[in-house]
Amino acid sequence: MAKIQLNGKKILLGPKMTIYNLIKKYKLDKKKVAVEINGKIALKQNFKKIFLKDQDKIEIVHFIGGG
Amino acid sequence: MKKDIFKIANKKLNSRLIVGTGKYKNFIQTAKAINASGADMVTVAVRRVNILDKKKPTLMDYLDPKKIIYLPNTAGCFNSFEALRTLRLAREMGGWKLVKLEVLGDKKTLYPDMLETIKTTKILVKEGFKVLVYCTDDPLQAKKLEDEGATAIMPLASPIGSGLGIQNKINISLIIKQSKVPVIIDAGIGTASDATIAMEMGCDGVLINSAIAQAKNPILMAKSFKNAVISGRQSFLSGRMKKNYFAIPSSPAKGLI
Repeated sequence: MAKIQLNGKKILLGPKMTIYNLIKKYKLDKKKVAVEINGKIALKQNFKKIFLKDQDKIEIVHFIGGG
Repeated sequence: MKKDIFKIANKKLNSRLIVGTGKYKNFIQTAKAINASGADMVTVAVRRVNILDKKKPTLMDYLDPKKIIYLPNTAGCFNSFEALRTLRLAREMGGWKLVKLEVLGDKKTLYPDMLETIKTTKILVKEGFKVLVYCTDDPLQAKKLEDEGATAIMPLASPIGSGLGIQNKINISLIIKQSKVPVIIDAGIGTASDATIAMEMGCDGVLINSAIAQAKNPILMAKSFKNAVISGRQSFLSGRMKKNYFAIPSSPAKGLI
């Protein structure tokens, strides 16, 4: 189990979860989002290689309406 | 006459009107207004995904980034660190290198912090971004941005969302005259005639958000802005008549009965 912070909210994840799994879990399209892990950008090609661990801070962003 | 082509970072744009996608009632209205505006470039913001609502529609469901150019913007960023973080994420999202930078300095006026803006422009240019930069209407700061490699200069007409129109025509004119990169009026335009004035002065384009989104009928206003920008540009290219202090009759005096 891993306790992480996702977009400012504390969540509990099963073991051996990658960023790819996290994106799937929230039904997001990887083409439409960008991910930051502990302040650093996670490259899309590494989503399956990055395992989430306790205390990780994840930010998933997308485009919204703006001026 | 030479064909009037508008290019930003080698991208040919059909419209000199760039439209923001914020403040609309919903995505349907956003898409309709943008379609009516004829714009081929829209600004977008980068924000957290709402993880609690998995079915919530997204902007991309309504505005296809393959059909319209997304211009990621750093709206809401108050320092270089936040702006860089935002645009690097935007680039990672799908290769967006053409971006709009705004680094704000004050919550009440949303005036740009030019020291941070210039510093950030320099870093972004070094990282290969093509940066359209929101700035004050100060010709000196605009020149500094151009020297740092800004792709376009975007001086404010008046504060963001104020609808006050162009407050300092002299400064805007100076910026237009000195700049070798496109000058696009950003922020403060209130109604279509403001956009016409900007274009008649020789601006290369205008960026509009609130004036369209907050109109009672945003779709009709978008159309109005489309026409206003075309009209202003044509008027600029035509070369207006000389101003005279006294009347000059339109009909010949000769043959008067």
